[in-house]
Amino acid sequence: MNTYYNPDDLKKFGKISEFEPNLAKKFFDYYGEVFKEGALTEREKSLIALAVAHTIQCPYCIDAYTQDTMEKGCDEAQLMEAVHVAASIRGGATLVHGVQMMNKYKELSM
Amino acid sequence: MIKSLKSLGHELTESQKQLQLLQLTNLMPFEDKLKETNLFPLTTIPMEIFQINVGKMCNQVCKHCHVDAGPDRKEIMSRETMQDCINAIQKTNVYTVDLTGGAPEMNPDFRWFVEELSKLGKKIIVRCNLTIIQANKKYHDLPDFFKKHKIEVISSLPYFSASKTDAQRGEGVFEKSIRALKLLNEVGYGKEGSGLILNLVYNPAGAFLPASQMALEKEFKLKLKSGFDIEFNSLFAITNLPISRFLDYLVSSKNYESYMEKLVAAYNPIAATNVMCRNTISVSWDGFLYDCDFNQMLNLKVATHNSQHVKDFNFDSLSQRNIIVNQHCYGCTAGSGSSCGGSVV
Ligand code: SF4
Ligand code: SF4
Repeated sequence: MNTYYNPDDLKKFGKISEFEPNLAKKFFDYYGEVFKEGALTEREKSLIALAVAHTIQCPYCIDAYTQDTMEKGCDEAQLMEAVHVAASIRGGATLVHGVQMMNKYKELSM
Repeated sequence: MIKSLKSLGHELTESQKQLQLLQLTNLMPFEDKLKETNLFPLTTIPMEIFQINVGKMCNQVCKHCHVDAGPDRKEIMSRETMQDCINAIQKTNVYTVDLTGGAPEMNPDFRWFVEELSKLGKKIIVRCNLTIIQANKKYHDLPDFFKKHKIEVISSLPYFSASKTDAQRGEGVFEKSIRALKLLNEVGYGKEGSGLILNLVYNPAGAFLPASQMALEKEFKLKLKSGFDIEFNSLFAITNLPISRFLDYLVSSKNYESYMEKLVAAYNPIAATNVMCRNTISVSWDGFLYDCDFNQMLNLKVATHNSQHVKDFNFDSLSQRNIIVNQHCYGCTAGSGSSCGGSVV
């Protein structure tokens, strides 16, 4: 079956440098630095990445960071809580715009 | 209930079949990888650890077991072979004797063996699966027995929660392990200043690599203390090697190729320099000699043809042997590396 997403393409991520090596190098260096242990642990960063992956709904990132959080010692409860954090921010962002809707509604109403 | 591959008549019981499967992928042979990093042939350094597998009998049947151990396995070391081991140890200057299995405590001559080894003044390690302490009344006093001989206890606990632990080691194992850890703590194991060492082993419950040992240790210490009031000394993070039941799991869950690719991609020459076989000799229940417990399960005997059995233990030739390697060795050299004592980098 042909689909837009192919799991094997994830392994080829590095190959984006074929068309533009300089920017790709800058990006991968930056990426590597970002995920190093700093004020946040590697584990915390990986969980954030997993939540963001769900927010942007990138199947590559979901694959990669499910595995990465597991390798960082997280269990299923921790992974799912991270997804709920993403979901609640998404849901909250929708709902908080309800205030805007209410403002407009009231503005237009007698 | 999980069964041993042997009791299922599974083809991977045969080491030859396992080796064939390991050769199947298109991955670079481990030997070539060593050559690329100027480490071939892999040679020994002074022998420090004498590891003895006293038998495949075990009260558990963990999914990932590289020994294919279980209650149905009857292969256990005789007292005569134990005596041969003692004679061999006296020909060396190793300072650690590492007892493994199966559940080593199930060997009826286990206590006799420990007492005799104790007289040699060596540091003794017992790889205790924890649940054995409660498996039968006759094992209840093991914590005191360990204490009497100042044995270092190394025990597996894949996670600080029941779901992951039980998924790998069997229903109810987490709860029993926690109780056993408490009993060990009670006699002083893992307590600061007691001199009684209790180390834990973490290995991933699935087809992924272990996290950084340091980060895991921190997390385990915190969670075990706050959740269960349990203390321990160090945590060893160990990579699962593609052998026996873990190999079977990889194949049947369709993770085999991607797992092997992952191991190869994570090859670390520093880890390869520090692999445990370089300072270890491993003895099987029937007295044969191997570079490590993994080679033992694959029936890859030491390269010293004049000294392949503990009865013919020749310290000089064993000290100059080259290590027999194969594709499973990638498990020891991935990332921070892996040995019976955890990371090697
Ligand atoms: S991993 Fe250890 S406890 Fe589990 S079955 Fe194998 S020998 Fe027994
Ligand atoms: S599997 Fe055994 S022989 Fe191979 S590198 Fe690991 S310890 Fe050495």
